[in-house]
Amino acid sequence: MARKISMKQAINEALDQEMARDPSVIMMGEDIVGGAGGSGEMDAWGGVLGVTKGLYAKHGDRLLDTPLSESAYIGAAIGAAACGMRPVAELMFIDFMGVCFDQIYNQAAKFRYMFGGKAETPVVIRTMVGAGFRAAAQHSQMLTPLFTHIPGLKVVCPSTPYDTKGLLIQSIRDNDPVIFCEHKNLYGFEGEVPEGLYTIPFGEANVVREGKSVSIVTYGLMVHRALEAAVALAKEGIDAEIVDLRTLSPLDIDTVLESVEKTGHLVCVDEASPRCSIAADVSAQVVQAAFGALRGPIQMVTPPHTPVPFSPVLEDLYIPSPLQIVAAVKRSLAGGKH
Amino acid sequence: MAAPPITPIVMPKWGLSMAEGKVVSWLVEEGTAITVGLPILEVETDKIANAVEAPDPGLLRRKLAMAGEVLPVKALLGVMAAPEVSNAEIDAYIAAYVVPAAAEGAEAEAGPAYLWAEVDGIRVRYARRGEEALGTPPVLFLHGFGGDLDNWLFNLDTVAASTPVIALDLPGHGQSDARLPGRAILADLAGFVLHFLDGLDVERVHVVGHSMGGAIAAQMALAAPQRVASLVLIATAGLGVEINTGYTEGFVAAATRRELKPAVEQLFADPTLVSRQMLDDLLKYKRLDGVSQVLAQLGAKLFGGGRQAEQPVAQLAGSTVPMTLVWGREDHIIPAAHAAHAPDGTKVQVLDGAGHMVMMEKAGDVNALILAQVKGSQAS
Repeated sequence: MARKISMKQAINEALDQEMARDPSVIMMGEDIVGGAGGSGEMDAWGGVLGVTKGLYAKHGDRLLDTPLSESAYIGAAIGAAACGMRPVAELMFIDFMGVCFDQIYNQAAKFRYMFGGKAETPVVIRTMVGAGFRAAAQHSQMLTPLFTHIPGLKVVCPSTPYDTKGLLIQSIRDNDPVIFCEHKNLYGFEGEVPEGLYTIPFGEANVVREGKSVSIVTYGLMVHRALEAAVALAKEGIDAEIVDLRTLSPLDIDTVLESVEKTGHLVCVDEASPRCSIAADVSAQVVQAAFGALRGPIQMVTPPHTPVPFSPVLEDLYIPSPLQIVAAVKRSLAGGKH
Repeated sequence: MAAPPITPIVMPKWGLSMAEGKVVSWLVEEGTAITVGLPILEVETDKIANAVEAPDPGLLRRKLAMAGEVLPVKALLGVMAAPEVSNAEIDAYIAAYVVPAAAEGAEAEAGPAYLWAEVDGIRVRYARRGEEALGTPPVLFLHGFGGDLDNWLFNLDTVAASTPVIALDLPGHGQSDARLPGRAILADLAGFVLHFLDGLDVERVHVVGHSMGGAIAAQMALAAPQRVASLVLIATAGLGVEINTGYTEGFVAAATRRELKPAVEQLFADPTLVSRQMLDDLLKYKRLDGVSQVLAQLGAKLFGGGRQAEQPVAQLAGSTVPMTLVWGREDHIIPAAHAAHAPDGTKVQVLDGAGHMVMMEKAGDVNALILAQVKGSQAS
């Protein structure tokens, strides 16, 4: 266990080991090998940030470089899944999902239901999410709430290399369509990861820090911002508990409720736009199920309701910061009932 | 020149991953005469809390660490010294004390913390500590069902200070391969451990076994008594039919922390010792491909139908291998009453305030019993 690898390596290893274990696992995506129709070294690119590099050499034609048409290959992956394969489609940026939305939300998500429970669609769509990459408004969004809105889709957004490997293997083995969201600013983040295969069940949040004063509920990159905030809060005697949701559909609301019942205060941190976000959803569910446990107003820490700015200065201000989380915690505690 | 009259009390290192610990509370006052093994203060790590015990006798002159403080391993927590040592001398000692942090890091990087071996086609993780001496059998530690060699985190280093130790992750456990030898009955497991020792070129060992590991140790002593210098069996299986299969089945079935916690709490007299980190580590193990099947298969073989299938410890009656039995009085897994079935000539110790994980909850007592057994059988 002492071995540390990056989140990017954890994704590569999960794909590699699962492809070796199960011949029905295939991959599709733009430039995941060397670029369709390109000449020369076939394994040159391994995807836009090199996540799948090296897999072609091991698994050959089970990795398909596709034309630059998301609607075509996402549809092909969903069709292959319906016919018994376990495709993993890489769709560079979640921002590009729009062009293949019919295939995802009206087809893949509905097959099980429309065919009387007889159809399964074990497809995984891996995609990069999040801001902070200086990639402007069309490549930086955290569109997770678009997918949690749709019944029939599972939505995953891990924060550590360990969770990434276990949840990606679980996603591949799961018989429903999974939107697997990888925060591009966590690709280099390192952590301990077992060498062998393992799975983490969906719908199990992880309490990454135990505390008594306030519950901070979040996922993805924001888990790390919350941990920074917790260090600052601890110096002032405020003991924050941090819940990493890990999977957004299904959502482990029980762990959130248990935490809020203990602390009496809830701060939801979400990198998605504020309206109809994961933060708004969790806040509403807590109010509905545990209103009596709340001893202060729920606070949400989100970006402003605006596209992600291209100006580096503004982009840094756009992303929720540890300071904003600290301030939100204090607002919840100050507004408390006595 | 007399020996240095000042004895430091330092932050212990429990297990390889421990870098710092939190002082929970002092258990004695300044001015207390400390005897060896007396709990002096309580320290909490992210894995578990435990008492720091005195390595040497002396008078507690100074408490330095405050409750709630988080300090690195080997940090100075307090000072023991004889009454004739002046306060000024103690002040000077404290001022001059340097936490040997760099040395510790260098030492950890110098050699591999864990070792690996392949035995009968199964890759196993093991640890080896202490100075090997010709003709001195090492002490082999065998963990229980679902455990791993880190179950001995309070024991290995203490025992290794006196005599060499070996601990392994049994097949299907810890970081060893998730496969079982043979038909997974005790004879196969004991045979596997003997082959493991063959691979290390170790002929003879003292064996300390916990729970299922105790039954394996006893099976080794039945199959190859010439290779077992002595036995210390802790909360052992194989000495009665009763076993709490509610625990074993709950442990095997649990997929989430919420499901696992109540099962693991049954292992301790004090359930508050079950930390988030302990559950996380167990879940990381249980989630590895193949582990659930291996545990289910092993559980069915050894205690299917709610009864222990084999009784190797009971069969040791008349054996020449000296033996100590240790039990926690509040063992909720295998009843301490089984100690009454001990073969004649066995030293039996039932410890109050401890459950099934007695070697963690009463580490000082258990370490003393292990060393007494090992030294006693070496003398004879």
